[in-house]
Amino acid sequence: MGMTVAEKILARASGRDSVRPGDVIEPRVDLAMSHENGALVINQFLEVYKDTGLEPKVWDPGRIAIIFDHRVPAESAKTATNQKKVRDFVGAQKISKFHDIRGDQGGICHQILPENGYVRPGMVVVGTDSHTTTHGALGAFAFGIGATEMASVWTLGSVLNVEVPGTIKVVINGEFAEHVSAKDLILHIIGKLSAEGANYKVLEFHGEAIHRMPTSGRLVLCNMSVEAGATAGIVPSDAETLRYLHETAGVTGQVDIVQPDADAEYEQVVEIDITNLTFQIACPNGVDNVKPIDAVEGTKVDQIVVGSCTNGRRDDIAAVAHILQGRRVADGVRLLVFPASWKIYQECMAHGYIDDLVKAGAVVMNPGCGPCLGVHEGALGDGEVALSTTNRNFKGRMGNPKSEVFLCSPAVAAASALAGHIARPKGEPHGQPARVETEAGCLEAW
Amino acid sequence: MANLQESKPRLVVSKLGDDISTDAIYPGRFMATVLPTETPKLAFADDTELNAKLNSRTLPEGSVIVAGRNFGCGSSREQAASCLRGHGVTIVARAFARIFQQNSINLGLPTVICPELEADAGDELVIAGDHVWNETKGTKFATVPLPAARQAIIDAGGLIPYTRKRLLESRA
Repeated sequence: MGMTVAEKILARASGRDSVRPGDVIEPRVDLAMSHENGALVINQFLEVYKDTGLEPKVWDPGRIAIIFDHRVPAESAKTATNQKKVRDFVGAQKISKFHDIRGDQGGICHQILPENGYVRPGMVVVGTDSHTTTHGALGAFAFGIGATEMASVWTLGSVLNVEVPGTIKVVINGEFAEHVSAKDLILHIIGKLSAEGANYKVLEFHGEAIHRMPTSGRLVLCNMSVEAGATAGIVPSDAETLRYLHETAGVTGQVDIVQPDADAEYEQVVEIDITNLTFQIACPNGVDNVKPIDAVEGTKVDQIVVGSCTNGRRDDIAAVAHILQGRRVADGVRLLVFPASWKIYQECMAHGYIDDLVKAGAVVMNPGCGPCLGVHEGALGDGEVALSTTNRNFKGRMGNPKSEVFLCSPAVAAASALAGHIARPKGEPHGQPARVETEAGCLEAW
Repeated sequence: MANLQESKPRLVVSKLGDDISTDAIYPGRFMATVLPTETPKLAFADDTELNAKLNSRTLPEGSVIVAGRNFGCGSSREQAASCLRGHGVTIVARAFARIFQQNSINLGLPTVICPELEADAGDELVIAGDHVWNETKGTKFATVPLPAARQAIIDAGGLIPYTRKRLLESRA
């Protein structure tokens, strides 16, 4: 019997010819990522070595990545002290993939890893962040773990006692209507599967719409796969993966792709035709509380957030800038935009998007996780409503349990910023046809 | 499952619903606090009643929080497990989200999967063998055992001693 992409990757990483769902393995790790919570990983790592008489030394400093993104620059003395502790550890252990708070290399971990070519097809990637699923967009098997599990990886270089998960095949056919995007698709999928529908499973994405989708869209699908409970989301690597790695991520040399076997066994097959898919909104207080935009159109919003590891990429900001260009954000609405990395920030400046956004009334913030998880900037007042391109809307998610969060795509965020309430993108500014340049030069992504 | 094989009745101190997220268990705004000695006081910080109950230091030993499906969904933040472990509670849920359950196993927070569980706050439960008995209601529900691989981590006392043992073996 053939293997899925996840099974092929896990078989290789555990030195076996094949694995089946339920097999217990100890896969070798190719890349281990942490952010500020590296401070907790360090505590647990030192605890492992306690009373052993051994000098604490990470298994491979070239395979560890640490990116500051959750609270940058530090919002408190406590955070600054944690960051200092991580910085000192990085220096002492000679960890090479470290991205400090710098305009020439910083950003959100789930953008920094892809754009620097750290992730390749076939890799096993772990991260102390649940959205580590993002990196399945490049054909890797990538999943979130806790800090203690990461301390174990730093020590041994493998993840202990992993059960091979079963795979759900998700086949996406058809073409997006204008402005409908990967975000609408993944919200629709989460609504159908539920917040636990893929718990302990992998989502493997197929179909003509996935083949045509640029990496920026694939990253959105895999990023939010965890919101259906999935261990990992994977887009099997293909020509677009190679294009992204060589042209955008600066990878040189041979890259091998990993495709599933034709006779791979899937636990479930989900087929979706997106031709008639409309804008999707995740309503308070659950990511699977998804409704078509009609159900909530007109809901007044106080703050709109564009950014995060889900939707802070150049294509996302371009879509918002094109809708806002020459117009003005409605009075009473705060529009905060967080590019996902400084590289993206610079690209947006070069394309004039930042200028368009600021002139329209948006506040463009420095790259980082921002208000997504309520730890840093952009807090909400009691009774306020936010509309956000981020990935979670649990009660209190943005820092105030007396506020509400709706989730949407960048295009809906932009149209709503102009209207002052949840609104669908209609027509184009100045009567011009939509023209959004994507990294792949594919217009159908939007 | 943790070593819960005794017949002592345990008080249900709270009953929670489905999809209790790690943001509910340990709000993101406290994530810069990481020490297991400091996280317990922030458990369920936005649920004033439950937070006060947990911090009252009057909970009977072995108290239980019961929950529905997908307990611990969302973030990988380990504080969500460490904050509950610090209160000595056992979580009995119909199902757990993957990362939270693994963090619980790694840190030694007792979790019991009981898919059909029916229990209310104030009930007394006995967890023994492969069942949960609701002594108050006179009912009994099957539990789902953990796979042997995960039980091995619990039996070792958590992932840190388990990893330490492997480290020493690799250097022997």
